[in-house]
Amino acid sequence: MAERKRPTLAVWKFTSCDGCQLSLLDCEDELLAVAGAVDIAYFAEASSTLRPGPYDVSLVEGSITTAADAERIRHVRASSKVVIAIGACATAGGIQALRNFADVGDYISAVYASPEYIRTLATSTPIAAHVKVDLELRGCPINKEELLEVVSALLAGRRPEIADESVCVACKRRGTACVMVAHGTPCLGPVTHAGCGAICPAYGRGCYGCYGPAEQANTAALSAQWRLLGADRRSIHRAFRTFNAAAEPFRRESDAHGDEDHPA
Amino acid sequence: MATKTIRLEYLTRVEGEGSLVLDVREGNVENVRLSIFEPPRFFEAFLRGRAASEAPDLTARICGICPVAYQMSAVHAVEAAFGIEVGGQLRALRRLLYCAEWIESHALHIVMLHAPDFLGFPDAIAMAGAHGEAVRRGLALKKAGNALLKLLGGREVHPVNVRVGGFYRVPTQAELAALQPALAEARENAVAVARWVGGFSFPDVGRDYEFVALRHADEYPMNEGRIVSNRGLDIAAAEFEAAFEERQVAYSTALQSVLRARGHYLVGPLARFNLNHDRLGGELLAFAAELGLRPGCGNPFRSILARAVEVTYAIEEALRIIDAYVPPREPSVRAEARAGTGMACTEAPRGILYHRYGIEADGSIAEARIVPPTSQNQATIEDDVRLVATQGIHLPEEELREQCERAIRNHDPCISCATHFLRLEVRRR
Repeated sequence: MAERKRPTLAVWKFTSCDGCQLSLLDCEDELLAVAGAVDIAYFAEASSTLRPGPYDVSLVEGSITTAADAERIRHVRASSKVVIAIGACATAGGIQALRNFADVGDYISAVYASPEYIRTLATSTPIAAHVKVDLELRGCPINKEELLEVVSALLAGRRPEIADESVCVACKRRGTACVMVAHGTPCLGPVTHAGCGAICPAYGRGCYGCYGPAEQANTAALSAQWRLLGADRRSIHRAFRTFNAAAEPFRRESDAHGDEDHPA
Repeated sequence: MATKTIRLEYLTRVEGEGSLVLDVREGNVENVRLSIFEPPRFFEAFLRGRAASEAPDLTARICGICPVAYQMSAVHAVEAAFGIEVGGQLRALRRLLYCAEWIESHALHIVMLHAPDFLGFPDAIAMAGAHGEAVRRGLALKKAGNALLKLLGGREVHPVNVRVGGFYRVPTQAELAALQPALAEARENAVAVARWVGGFSFPDVGRDYEFVALRHADEYPMNEGRIVSNRGLDIAAAEFEAAFEERQVAYSTALQSVLRARGHYLVGPLARFNLNHDRLGGELLAFAAELGLRPGCGNPFRSILARAVEVTYAIEEALRIIDAYVPPREPSVRAEARAGTGMACTEAPRGILYHRYGIEADGSIAEARIVPPTSQNQATIEDDVRLVATQGIHLPEEELREQCERAIRNHDPCISCATHFLRLEVRRR
């Protein structure tokens, strides 16, 4: 019996913390099985064998912050049948997109004594701003169960079952008492995309939005609730300006609550 | 003399992106440049104006491999500025969380990233064919660390449960007790993996490093201690910037840290072991000797043994903390903001991690300084590569390249941390 050729998988890193690709190595129980089902052709963090494309599936971590990377992502796209953007950096620009709201020159001189050595773009942008992305997996970091579901679904040739509700809905399903209602703790759960497993409220803190905006998030209504709970404009501004700061609904809501230096 | 260029496009089995350039003239190694091209992310810049209470969650994102280290240095530094003390069981829980990160991070490096170098495999998956038991034990070990991390932190990568003053939620005795069997099994796996690693053959290299690590009155160091070295350095975290200087080099987006008085130094497991072996207990120290790791060891290839000993220690320490655990009444102590400056240094899996925050009266950050372990080891890694390349200059290029990569991987560099890692280019003239 002829063995069916295993699909090839590549894992790419752009500007990021490595946490999302680490999620793949964190699948301790499934890693050897995954490695048996797919042919890992390019995964620099895990292997010295780096094989040239084309690849069936590319997992892309990180955002685009340099001209060279804007070019590299085009090559990744051209050599991949399916491109999956993994994590808040790849899907929204990540925490480093905070530069989009500032003068990157000021940022460089805050960190480096000789700014002239540093080559970087003024903005941090998601993968989809540069090339066609077939699937986005949200989160800072992604949920490894969702990653395994995507890989399994691709292997089976079916649609992956990925969370598309809000953290608020996931939290109700988990049976956690609402931290806003019960404790008056400001929470981004109603406007945040699910997928994390609604961890924060279960640990007694409000959701901090690391999975980015949910579909049709009513951020203005939530901000009004936060005000009633005593949150000031600056803390609302900060809450929307974290790991998904450049995602449109969060960007808009943070802008509506003033700039750090010029509170509205 | 032949002029040649060897390129290694991308250093593998390290965390992040960088390259190595060797300038070879007339068979002599002239320049070694560890060039980190990981794009800068400007954490110290965007932290300005943020709430000090946000520092643990924001700085965790510097590194997905060691987020707990960032959270710990951040909370200790902010607490120093606010003038608050976190003691008792909350302090014990922080140490337990750090144990969890040491276990998962060291297990990852020992089995997935470093061991393949000694056995001639490109990766752990290829190695699993001939060394299936060791790889499975290593993965089980990593899983045990992650299970502890998930319970205490909410999730493995970027835990959500750490705050200035303590935690959002503390575990029940029963929740921690439920992990005891897995940790007891992890201890067996750690010992077996350590013995497997002890059987590797180690290149005969010895260097006279200045080792720098924390030193605590009675504990193997994690969250607290003075910064000490084998050449007489003995300072508080608050004196870090007086003793160390960060330099920028043209070829790297990571700053390099040096001792103002003496230059290059080494942090990490080998440094910690050499400076704190008397805090491991007689039994574990005897086990280290049995593996081939003795106090004073200056062979960077044997750092894998130090990691194996530390994993075993971290599991035993975790079991001790769980045994003695009584849930504190409150999950955190009250943290009231005040103007001030706070510094802290903790032992990340890769070595000391320094944070400083200048904080305003309203609790917002005016200034932030972060010095990760890999920035501190960078210059020393270059020295190691120079030594290995000089000794191996007549080797076939493929082998030379391998030796250089191994010399780098010995130190488990985290380029994402240093910003901020590897393509090897050898220019022979």
